[in-house]
Amino acid sequence: MEAILIFLSSGLFLGWSLGANDAANVFGTAVSTKMIRFTTAAVICSIFVIIGAVLGGAGASDTLGKLGSVNAIAGSFTVALAAGLTVFLMTRTKLPVSTSQAIVGAIIGWNFFSGFQTDVSTLVKIVYTWILCPVLAGAFGFALYRLIILYIRKSRIHMIRIDHYTRIGLVIVGAFGSYSLGANNIANVMGVFVPVSPFRSIEIGGIVISATHILFFLGALAIALGVFTYSKKVMSTVGSDIFRLSAIDALIVVLSSALVLFIFASEGLQAFLISYGLPTFPLVPVSSSQAVVGAIIGIALGKGGKNINFSTMGKIGIGWIFTPLASGIISFILLFFMQNVFMQTVFN
Amino acid sequence: MKIIGETKQLISDIDIFWDTISRSALAFRSGIKHYLAGRTEKFRSDLEDISKLENETDTMRREIKYKLYSHMLIPESRGDVLGLLETTDNVVDSIKKVLLQFDIEKPEIPESMKEEFMELTKMSVKTVDEMVLASRAFFREISIVNDHINKVHYFEHEADKIEEDLKRKAFNSDIIKDLSRKVQMRYFVEKVALISDEAEAVCDRLSIYVIKRSF
Repeated sequence: MEAILIFLSSGLFLGWSLGANDAANVFGTAVSTKMIRFTTAAVICSIFVIIGAVLGGAGASDTLGKLGSVNAIAGSFTVALAAGLTVFLMTRTKLPVSTSQAIVGAIIGWNFFSGFQTDVSTLVKIVYTWILCPVLAGAFGFALYRLIILYIRKSRIHMIRIDHYTRIGLVIVGAFGSYSLGANNIANVMGVFVPVSPFRSIEIGGIVISATHILFFLGALAIALGVFTYSKKVMSTVGSDIFRLSAIDALIVVLSSALVLFIFASEGLQAFLISYGLPTFPLVPVSSSQAVVGAIIGIALGKGGKNINFSTMGKIGIGWIFTPLASGIISFILLFFMQNVFMQTVFN
Repeated sequence: MKIIGETKQLISDIDIFWDTISRSALAFRSGIKHYLAGRTEKFRSDLEDISKLENETDTMRREIKYKLYSHMLIPESRGDVLGLLETTDNVVDSIKKVLLQFDIEKPEIPESMKEEFMELTKMSVKTVDEMVLASRAFFREISIVNDHINKVHYFEHEADKIEEDLKRKAFNSDIIKDLSRKVQMRYFVEKVALISDEAEAVCDRLSIYVIKRSF
């Protein structure tokens, strides 16, 4: 059991860092604008991240599995460690980073190392989703902003009442955002461990809890730990580097990015679209930070498009290329060490 | 449920605050009218009303401030809201002081200047009324605030013109003989016109708050 936990530790670390950084995307502005207390935000965020991860995490995880099914636990450990290291190093150098892009790069690194073929169609699908993610969040941000402002203007609601509704909205949307974050991003944390899951399905009162669910639950707990132990610091600074958001802007940003994360994670939505013969969205882990930036730009465009810092978009572009590349290389090097220095089987 | 009740109560407090300002302006107009007509008792009653209203606005402003901060409401705009309430309080203070000064000094307004003096009073009251409408709109319908602010500027300008005319009449004609009475007349004309200036000052602040809050 100890060995299993050691091997899972890199994924759990990745989960912790996701909770520390990405929870701020969901509740950061609400907390920094003092609309919601940190403890309230952290409790809601943790509960819904866990629900999202356990109930809705399978879809995006399957896609990562198709990209490269890491088939030895030491390999999974190394891949997650490489992704975690990339996130850590890029954060230290203040470069924009996405856990999703880091894990994809690390998996491709494993494919290269183990000689497995990378599924190009899955890779293309993933890359196209990364581009679509901020664009879609921007479109949601723009449309929601226009709609909400039109409603406020027409309905003549009192400022204090708007504040009250915004507060309730931030809690509800924050819970939805946390659910979507858990559902979409648990694949980054635990996805590589799914094929080599050390757990067995258990049955409690007639309900079968699969090995993957247990794995996702553990990952979600690590995310929750990250939320409680470190996200307060990140939350207090979120938004200030782009521009100061109002509480309503924050609500729209969170809703837009949550919708995007949900779309790219929900198997239910995919089944619904298929049943009506509509085009579907691929189930791919995407970056919540990039969705947030997209939504903020959407709002800025809704306000007339003034004062948009286009260099932020350039930075996202750098992140798209640099993160998977760096992570792939780190993964390859670490796998080499793992196999040849620590004598571990990193692929079968 | 508690917060819903508190929100309702606060909205009601803010509405009552503006009602009180409106009533003060009306009482001021009535007070000057009664003073000019020599109805001392009614003038005193208006003065008492204004004193009570001024106390009420003070208390209400403090309560609103307490509720805004203790319940952490409208964190982005509460500083602006409090600034608005405080500067508005100055208008009511001025209204009270002017009427109190009338009661203390009992200036003699010449018959031929009474109508124009009343006109000046009405113009100042109109600026306060429009200021109240602008402030109410700030809370509910931000897009029309500037319409009311423009009216405030217009009425304030009109009040300035009447003020100047009254001062010229006081000093450049034989309507008032004594220099001391001329100076006293100027003092009261300026004090009544000052109310419109203060209402305009509130609106100047308000127009910045509107830009800050514009969606």
